[in-house]
Amino acid sequence: MDNGTVRLILQDEELTAVLSGEIDHHTAQGMREEIDFTVHQSKPSRLILSFENVGFMDSAGIGLIIGRYKLMESLGGELIVSHLSPKMEQIVSLSGVGKLAKIEKGVRTNEANE
Amino acid sequence: MKPMNEMNLSFFSYSANEGFARATVSAFVAQLDPTVGEVADIKTAVSEAVTNCIIHGYRDEIGIIYISVKIFENGKVVIRVRDKGCGIEDVEKAKEPLYTTGGQERAGLGFMVMESFMDHMKVTSKVGKGTVVVLQKEIERKQAKA
Repeated sequence: MDNGTVRLILQDEELTAVLSGEIDHHTAQGMREEIDFTVHQSKPSRLILSFENVGFMDSAGIGLIIGRYKLMESLGGELIVSHLSPKMEQIVSLSGVGKLAKIEKGVRTNEANE
Repeated sequence: MKPMNEMNLSFFSYSANEGFARATVSAFVAQLDPTVGEVADIKTAVSEAVTNCIIHGYRDEIGIIYISVKIFENGKVVIRVRDKGCGIEDVEKAKEPLYTTGGQERAGLGFMVMESFMDHMKVTSKVGKGTVVVLQKEIERKQAKA
């Protein structure tokens, strides 16, 4: 089973969280803790959640996005969501979360799960 | 119509089994030669159903989750996900988008995702007895191979 992992890159005021593996209720918890820890430490003005290396996501991914949106909002920063697959976009559009976070397109090179 | 194949699966309601459940169901359904998109739809719906059993059905305990999958010659897939947990008092309310009793990080989208990714969803529940979710999808049949 491909557990979810996060790679965090901090550059100036911008924190990029490169998510990989599968995002479900089980794996989202660890990802959330890692991201929040670094956000609280570095207080970035912008958090980017990159889904480029995510092969699977269910609605736990939406919870992850909404929770990070609220966190960034409380810090006066912004959240950007990037590199969603078409399937993930479908879940995101069901949730209406696109009205909160800025969704950026990006070319996914790893299309294992579309 | 009789199914061409059927499988049954039962496992403990540990969240680590969410990935196991969706991978196993999609491996079984692979016999119908689904597209990558159809597989993703089924994996997502199963993941939502199993997560519901874990978070809601067996919220304060570890119980057993039962999945049965039937596949038919015409490409129909019927997936039944059952728990013997606390049950849902008001199924219609639980199905409402964004309604959740799962806390801050839950989006309340589980049933909505299942409904939109599958062709049909039916939820039956009895308080104190458990919940059954039946998911159906038609896999488009390709031309018979030579």
